[in-house]
Amino acid sequence: MNALVKEPAIAWIDVGAVTDIPRRGARRLPSPRGDVAIFRTGDGQVFALMDACPHKGGPLSQGIVHGQSVTCPLHGRIIDLASGDGVGADKGKGCAPVVPLEVREGRLLLGLVGG
Amino acid sequence: MSKPREKLVVIGNGMAGCRAVEEVLKRDPHRYDIAIFGAEPRVNYNRIMLSPVLAGEKAFADIVINDEAWYRDNGVTLYSGQAVTGVDTAGKRVTAESGLAVPYDRLILATGSDPFRLPLPGSDLKGVVTFRDLDDVEAMVAASGKPGARAVVIGGGLLGLEAAYGLARRGMAATVVHLMDVLMERQLDESAGFLLRGALADRGVETVLGAQSEEIVGQDGQVSGLKLKDGRLLPCDLLVMAVGIRPNATLARAAGLAVNRGVVVDDAMRSSDAAVFAVGECAEHRGQCYGLVAPIWEMCRALAQALTDGDGVYEGSVLSTRLKVSGVDVFSAGKFAGGEGCEDIVFRDAGRGVYKRVVLEDGKVVGSVLFGDAVDGNWYFDLMRTGADVGAIRETLIFGQAITEGLSGLDPSAAVAAMPDTQEICGCNGVCKGEITAAITGQTLSSLDEVRAVTKASASCGSCTPLVEQVLRLTLGDGFQAQTGPAPMCKCAHHPHSDVRKAIVDLELKSMPAVMQAMEWSTPDGCASCRPALNYYLLCAWPGDYRDDKQSRFINERAHANIQKDGTYSVVPRMWGGMTTPDELRAIADVADKFAIPAVKVTGGQRIDLLGVRKDDLPAVWADLNAAGMVSGHAYAKGLRTVKTCVGTDWCRFGTQDSTGLGIRLEKFMWGSWTPAKVKLGVSGCPRNCAEATCKDVGVICVDSGYEIHIGGAAGLHIRGTEILTRVATEEEAVWTICALVQLYREQAWYLERIYKWMDRVGLDAIKALLADPDDRRALHDRFAYSQRFSRVDPWAERVAGRHGDEFSPLSRRLEFAPA
Ligand code: SRM
Ligand SMILES: Cc1cc2nc3c(=O)[nH]c(=O)nc-3n(C[C@H](O)[C@H](O)[C@H](O)COP(=O)(O)OP(=O)(O)OC[C@H]3O[C@@H](n4cnc5c(N)ncnc54)[C@H](O)[C@@H]3O)c2cc1C
Ligand code: SF4
Ligand code: FES
Repeated sequence: MNALVKEPAIAWIDVGAVTDIPRRGARRLPSPRGDVAIFRTGDGQVFALMDACPHKGGPLSQGIVHGQSVTCPLHGRIIDLASGDGVGADKGKGCAPVVPLEVREGRLLLGLVGG
Repeated sequence: MSKPREKLVVIGNGMAGCRAVEEVLKRDPHRYDIAIFGAEPRVNYNRIMLSPVLAGEKAFADIVINDEAWYRDNGVTLYSGQAVTGVDTAGKRVTAESGLAVPYDRLILATGSDPFRLPLPGSDLKGVVTFRDLDDVEAMVAASGKPGARAVVIGGGLLGLEAAYGLARRGMAATVVHLMDVLMERQLDESAGFLLRGALADRGVETVLGAQSEEIVGQDGQVSGLKLKDGRLLPCDLLVMAVGIRPNATLARAAGLAVNRGVVVDDAMRSSDAAVFAVGECAEHRGQCYGLVAPIWEMCRALAQALTDGDGVYEGSVLSTRLKVSGVDVFSAGKFAGGEGCEDIVFRDAGRGVYKRVVLEDGKVVGSVLFGDAVDGNWYFDLMRTGADVGAIRETLIFGQAITEGLSGLDPSAAVAAMPDTQEICGCNGVCKGEITAAITGQTLSSLDEVRAVTKASASCGSCTPLVEQVLRLTLGDGFQAQTGPAPMCKCAHHPHSDVRKAIVDLELKSMPAVMQAMEWSTPDGCASCRPALNYYLLCAWPGDYRDDKQSRFINERAHANIQKDGTYSVVPRMWGGMTTPDELRAIADVADKFAIPAVKVTGGQRIDLLGVRKDDLPAVWADLNAAGMVSGHAYAKGLRTVKTCVGTDWCRFGTQDSTGLGIRLEKFMWGSWTPAKVKLGVSGCPRNCAEATCKDVGVICVDSGYEIHIGGAAGLHIRGTEILTRVATEEEAVWTICALVQLYREQAWYLERIYKWMDRVGLDAIKALLADPDDRRALHDRFAYSQRFSRVDPWAERVAGRHGDEFSPLSRRLEFAPA
């Protein structure tokens, strides 16, 4: 889960069950700020990032999930699911923004702000 | 001499209750007048050993912790078979079933947990049991006595598996039904769960994963089977529910004590009433209830301190688990599945069936899961609990305590130099350092391969290769040359593609976890480079058995369309051999209008591309194309793409054969096949070659006398003209030969290796030789035809029918608020 301090301004919205996301897969979720990608690893952990690769905006939700990373479907950049940052040589070249996500009793709660 | 002793009453003669008394007696044997109430009609025994008792590996007498003499000698009064029914905290007394009332000064609640019973229809039938105490074990043993009796256990956690194993040992056919897709998923990752499943199968325990129980069915009041949600019925004479436990806090709740899930206690195990304490599974400490004994021992120490005027503080426990199934070593602790900022070290030994994973975070061990060799479990657990910095021993950590401590403080080469000759280097083949050095000097070996050939060291899993190389380097000095040879598949693998492909067939490996274990992958679940390759290799080797793993496919193959730079998709329906009809063209035009598809283009492959389709629209677009008789063109696939043709004898004045007909025939037979890389065919009706057949993976040039079959062309990154493979006289032979050739390619090539690259690697002559014998050719063709029985399925029609619907629909409704 993304380690983010809960601030009062954030509302936690139930967006579905953990099992709605295939293992080693992702689902996307439209929002006014663009799609959100929610990933589930082989180990059953879940992460949420904005669905846009820091390289050229590729939809990360469509990539292959392996370990705790996803490989972008457009040009293969490997993104760390926890930080949204690139891995290895691509570290520090821009991040896919992390979206707060919590799991409570098997439900996915996404952190949102009003507006 | 002494003041009158205070009265200490304990409710619960189980693991926690008795241990608490022992701890108190150890500190101050004379302080209390002690009485224990136990609902079970027996002395205190080691509950965790009920599993071996069930399995017939131990008798009850072997697992008694405190016999009657112990109670007598320590002046402890045992009211066994007497359940307490009420606690009066104001009057400080407890009342038992029999009406017996006993006063206390201090009271300990150690009532344990109750096994959870699923509220399924039929759960009150005879023969439906739980697994908690000796009575349960006796009921199960009795049921196992009936010849041919079958048992179903609901719950694939520790308890359920131990129950099933015990019953199997008693001669029952035992099946475990588990809701999740990994056994013991709270303790094991997928790799370990996979191995466990195999080990249990070897011991007669079958497992049904991802299965939801719906109803327990019975006959004449006795259980006769379990019905699953998917309609399957598992017949059984005994049904064990091992689906979890619930803290037994009934008395505490009735007495008005603070209770959440369990009896709420502070760090001294004191409840909301200062004279009442709770320990064991019935207690809830800092929001946590435990279901294992290790925390209970810690709780009991803190409690005894508090009861003897010391200041005991219990701060919660870190847990580890071991499964008690004979011959199956399973250990798990902490964040075994890794997580944010964690790093995995993985070791597999296929020969011994070992899988070890140690998870590090900030240079410290934070979890581990061990299968097959769990001797180092406690060591990792200690490193984890003490938060030791393992940076200095990281290299050898995974090999365990003995090796690590034997080598500590040395650099790798000095470490190897310091190893005694008797130190085992290759675990798979049991080769010691001495044998290797002796072979190197005695038989003047100079390379890793030679050492492998002579000693077998590092010849199996290869994970000791660095150590063997060190030994070579040390023994030979400058004479050592590092190994060159085919590189491993990827950073997760020790083996090159060919070896992995061979192992899949030879060892009959039929799933990804099976390959990763047998070939000792160094990561828990592979990467974006090896997973698609393995998925293909498995699909190719076991067309009827292997279930395609869509999560191991690149998005285009998962979505059956090509992703575009803006995240939309392109859709290319098949046009067999480049032929189309007015109806097809109208349908395409209608689809383009209906879904406002921005671009329609004629491709370089003789068909039409609809570009810019929204992902959510794909199934509806396909439905319309399907309705007009069109199927996926696999423009996205590592598989058969296009078969380009020219007009041939149908129209052309130069045509020698029916090139269009042959192209269509080939495409109709070969479509849907998966191949290592894309495969494009071309059939030209004469050597003028209007279908550009001589720059295709496989090309046919029709001539008066028959058909020239060409291979190894490309016109992409590299431009390559084809080479002639053979000439055949009939269309029939042409189809056969091409299918045999493509099957050979499917079976031999490395993933992503196109035909021309494969040909460069193995040589055209070798390919010709393998196809020369008509019997071999026939066998290859037949294997291709067999595989096609499962592949010639339109993926679009499947998706339209709802398969993998989650791929195309967003997770949830459009969010009203923006992500924080
Ligand atoms: C659509 C099309 C171009 C066009 O507008 O005509 C096309 C489009 C793409 N080609 Fe191609 N190729 C197309 C015909 C060709 C041809 C001509 C042919 O097939 O006769 C070639 C050269 C012949 C050959 O394959 O050797 C060709 C050589 C390539 C290559 C280089 C392959 C190589 O091994 O050298 C790539 C890159 C790759 O596959 O890795 C490629 C990759 C691509 C991809 C899939 C790039 C990608 O991964 O996204 C493009 C997908 C666009 C899309 O969404 O449809 N395309 N591509 C053609 C589709 C044919 C079809 O009906 O299925
Ligand atoms: C088959 C099996 C295998 C296990 N294997 C392991 C293992 O490998 N490792 C591990 O760490 N843990 C294991 N456990 C769990 C472990 O046994 C428990 O965590 C431990 O026994 C809990 O101790 P406790 O004293 O809290 O509860 P218990 O040992 O259950 O003792 C509670 C006692 O209180 C009695 N009682 C309840 N209510 C009343 C009442 N009103 N009046 C009088 N008496 C009452 C009950 O009859 C029971 O005897 C296993 C458990 C089982 C059943
Ligand atoms: S030539 Fe390049 S740009 Fe054009 S379709 Fe092929 S891959 Fe894309
Ligand atoms: S957009 Fe992700 S790698 Fe280019």
